[in-house]
Amino acid sequence: MKILVLGAGRVGTSVVSNLAQENYDVVVVDKNPDILRELRDRFDIATVTGNAAHPPVLGSAGADNADLIVAVTSDDETNILACQIAHTLFQVPKKIARIRAIEYTRYPRLFGPGGLAVDVVISPEQIISDFISGLLQYPGASQVLDFADGRVRLVSVQAVAGGPLVTHPIRELHQHMPRVHARITAIFRRGRPIVPTGDMIIEPGDEVFFVASPAEIRGVMSELRGLDRPYKRIMFAGGGHIGKRVAKTLERRFQVKVIEKDPVRARKLAADLDSTVVLVGDAADRDLLLNENIENIDVFCAITDDDEANILSAMLAKKLGARRVISLINRPAYADLVERNLVDLVISPQEATIGSLLRHVRRGDVVQVHSLRRGAAEAIEAVAHGCPGRSRVVGRTIERLKLPAGVVPGVIVRGKEVIQAHHDTRIQEDDHLIMFLLDKKLIPAVENLFAPPVAKAA
Amino acid sequence: MRTAVQIQVVLRIIGALSVFFSFTMLPPLAVSWYYRDGAHLPFLFGFLIILGAGLLFWWPFRHAQRDLRVRDGFLVVALLWVILGFTGAVPLLMVERPYLSFTDAVFEAVSGLTTTGATVISGLDGLPKSILYYRQQLQWLGGMGIVVLAVAVLPLLRVGGMQLYRAETPGPMKDTKLTPRIAETAKALWGVYLGLTVVCAFSYWLVGMEPFDAVGHAFSTIAIGGFSTHDASLGFFRSPAVEAVAIVFMLVSGINFALHFEILRRRRLRVYFADSEVRTYVALLALIAMLASGYLWWHGGVDPRSAVRHGLFQTISFMTTTGFTSTDYSAWPAFVQVILVFGAFVGGCAGSTAGGLKVIRVLLLYKQGIREILRLIHPQAEIPVKVGRVPVSTRVVEAVWGFFSLYVVSFAILMALMMAAGLDQVTAFAAVAACLNNLGPGLGEVTAGFMTMPDSVKWLACFAMLLGRLEIFTLLVLLVPDYWRS
Repeated sequence: MKILVLGAGRVGTSVVSNLAQENYDVVVVDKNPDILRELRDRFDIATVTGNAAHPPVLGSAGADNADLIVAVTSDDETNILACQIAHTLFQVPKKIARIRAIEYTRYPRLFGPGGLAVDVVISPEQIISDFISGLLQYPGASQVLDFADGRVRLVSVQAVAGGPLVTHPIRELHQHMPRVHARITAIFRRGRPIVPTGDMIIEPGDEVFFVASPAEIRGVMSELRGLDRPYKRIMFAGGGHIGKRVAKTLERRFQVKVIEKDPVRARKLAADLDSTVVLVGDAADRDLLLNENIENIDVFCAITDDDEANILSAMLAKKLGARRVISLINRPAYADLVERNLVDLVISPQEATIGSLLRHVRRGDVVQVHSLRRGAAEAIEAVAHGCPGRSRVVGRTIERLKLPAGVVPGVIVRGKEVIQAHHDTRIQEDDHLIMFLLDKKLIPAVENLFAPPVAKAA
Repeated sequence: MRTAVQIQVVLRIIGALSVFFSFTMLPPLAVSWYYRDGAHLPFLFGFLIILGAGLLFWWPFRHAQRDLRVRDGFLVVALLWVILGFTGAVPLLMVERPYLSFTDAVFEAVSGLTTTGATVISGLDGLPKSILYYRQQLQWLGGMGIVVLAVAVLPLLRVGGMQLYRAETPGPMKDTKLTPRIAETAKALWGVYLGLTVVCAFSYWLVGMEPFDAVGHAFSTIAIGGFSTHDASLGFFRSPAVEAVAIVFMLVSGINFALHFEILRRRRLRVYFADSEVRTYVALLALIAMLASGYLWWHGGVDPRSAVRHGLFQTISFMTTTGFTSTDYSAWPAFVQVILVFGAFVGGCAGSTAGGLKVIRVLLLYKQGIREILRLIHPQAEIPVKVGRVPVSTRVVEAVWGFFSLYVVSFAILMALMMAAGLDQVTAFAAVAACLNNLGPGLGEVTAGFMTMPDSVKWLACFAMLLGRLEIFTLLVLLVPDYWRS
């Protein structure tokens, strides 16, 4: 499969690094030859220098036999135009574009059949905003990911001494909560993944991943952490695109404060937001934080585009008494450095974005892939297609499924119903199976397993 | 000094307007003829005199053509109201019954044209019908001028933050030139104004008024004037239905006419509730009405039904600055009287025929105050003053503060002058409040009217009425030497 990646910025680079490792043919187009040279050194890819929206450039990048275009330059218009040209001149079957401006994304009819030739619109700011809003819904969660259109969520929490299930075997979860379909799919203990069994005892400090329907999540979390006080006061450092979107979605439910350095930007922000308090100043300004009662803040979220500033302000907020601090960090090296010790939670924009981008790259009937713990593990949602006998999935029970070692079945979403995946559960057509992969390398195996039978025959 | 041409243009406009105004003597003349009340001569002479004077001004300068600048607008608007005040007094001066002095005649005309509704005439019920009709018509014509003034002209002159409405409200007014869009705007607004008047008159007639009274009161209701053809005002009719009709139309007339226009065009009532000024206006009315009715019931010894009926009526009449009375409120507890007058300080919505500070200004002042409090709590916060989710420019907020300060200063000076003329404190306060807010009835000795006041107070009151009607700045700007230097 041949993929054109237009733009070698942050998102572009992380797309390339993910795809190149998974044996796709990747061609990267960017204006800056230096960045391309560096990428070429790191990955086994081809590169073309030039304006991504110019037909000759696309042509020399091999657009005429590309299967997919991922337009992630920093410029919305270039991305849209490149997709349109790829469609008109090169008939590229699938086109994904990153589009930032709400002015475009507000009109979904603009894209797709009859409109601009963009099949999938990706807005990283929106994805990260959704990610943060999801986290804030569940105090204590460090990751909340949607599957099956939000009918099921994968939640990661750190077990705390005092939670009713902590120091108890996992199977007691269903004694405590008999009617719950939730399932603990993996545990990271001291950074290493463990496939959970019913007898395993949860220790304080374990990072527990579980799958549950939204209504059950709070209950399961209280089993693992005791009762967390709901969040009320939230402070964001950074009023950029992300800050503005998150504040806008959250300001009705929480007391939101946003700190923004640039007075002009702050004024615009204050004009667009209704009940959010917009503060002009430096998020690492101790006096400002103290003045704004940082000790009463439930969540401090540093989301400027400067990693160092985010880390420092989050650490300062933590020291001054913020209950939970979250920092947006782009560089994976920093993320490993500070997580758990200095800040409570690191959000990696790439990780958040790449999942929703990659799901459109995936073959077979894998509809959703989310990276967990910065790529150390994956959660995958696959749809079972075909009829019993021909499909390698439909009609079989879970235990007869030839799942590779390291793949943990989570739950099955059947229509609107959420079913626990027991060893004797039989899979029906159109079931969504949500699985947990302890290693990224297992993805192709799962993809093959769920590949449509017709494609196999060909 | 302004150029000679400019002065000529201004004179031409004033002359033409007087010619137009002279024709308004004809309807009362017809009324006089119809009722055979013997008061036709003053109107006939008034018609001829004003027509002649108008032609005298207009004819020599009829060729003086020059586009008016926005700055000339102040002079034209102020002169217009002053001159109409005097010309409107002409028939009143000549009429035998009631006999009015020059001061009284001018006061009555100014009070009518500014839609204040304060009167110096007692014994209305016995007066010739044509005189009664003329007073009502003065208010109606004044209201007509005010609608255009308030929606189109004052925003253009950027008086006291009213430019807010040019930018923010969808309405017929979009352009920044004095002509020819104002003519278009005026036509649209007068359509609304006329329509409301017809509906109002018809409603009054339906609930049992004589056609003469129905039309007369419709005139002064839609104009938010408050003149009545009876001494007892609307209380004369002793009819809750009449009061209900008055309540509805006062309420409607207190709302921005540009908004009425918009609603007629889009046919959606929701637009009213989407407007934050209207919401505030209704909320404030409800609050004051509840306070007034509640207090009347608990401490005023009034039975609950009358308390609600008159409390509501009087609140709306005062806050919209109409000035109708349904009962003798001077017998009410002082607390209720004072909050009613405070309601008149707020007034109706900008762009309506109501007086007072205007709800939008009060809203902005309040929000600005809240902002200062929030700034104390969050010293580094960026807090915009917003109306309906849209931030208001600092320029507008400053203009509103400027307006408010001049309002307070004008009030203080006028009140001091009235006390110097011998009034007691309550009367002086109420007299200035009644005039500056274009309310009409006051408290203390001016509850029923200004008949007992000395001439000096009446002239001060005339000035206050014009000052309030012209939103202070329009009049005061003419007193600044810089205005006259080119």
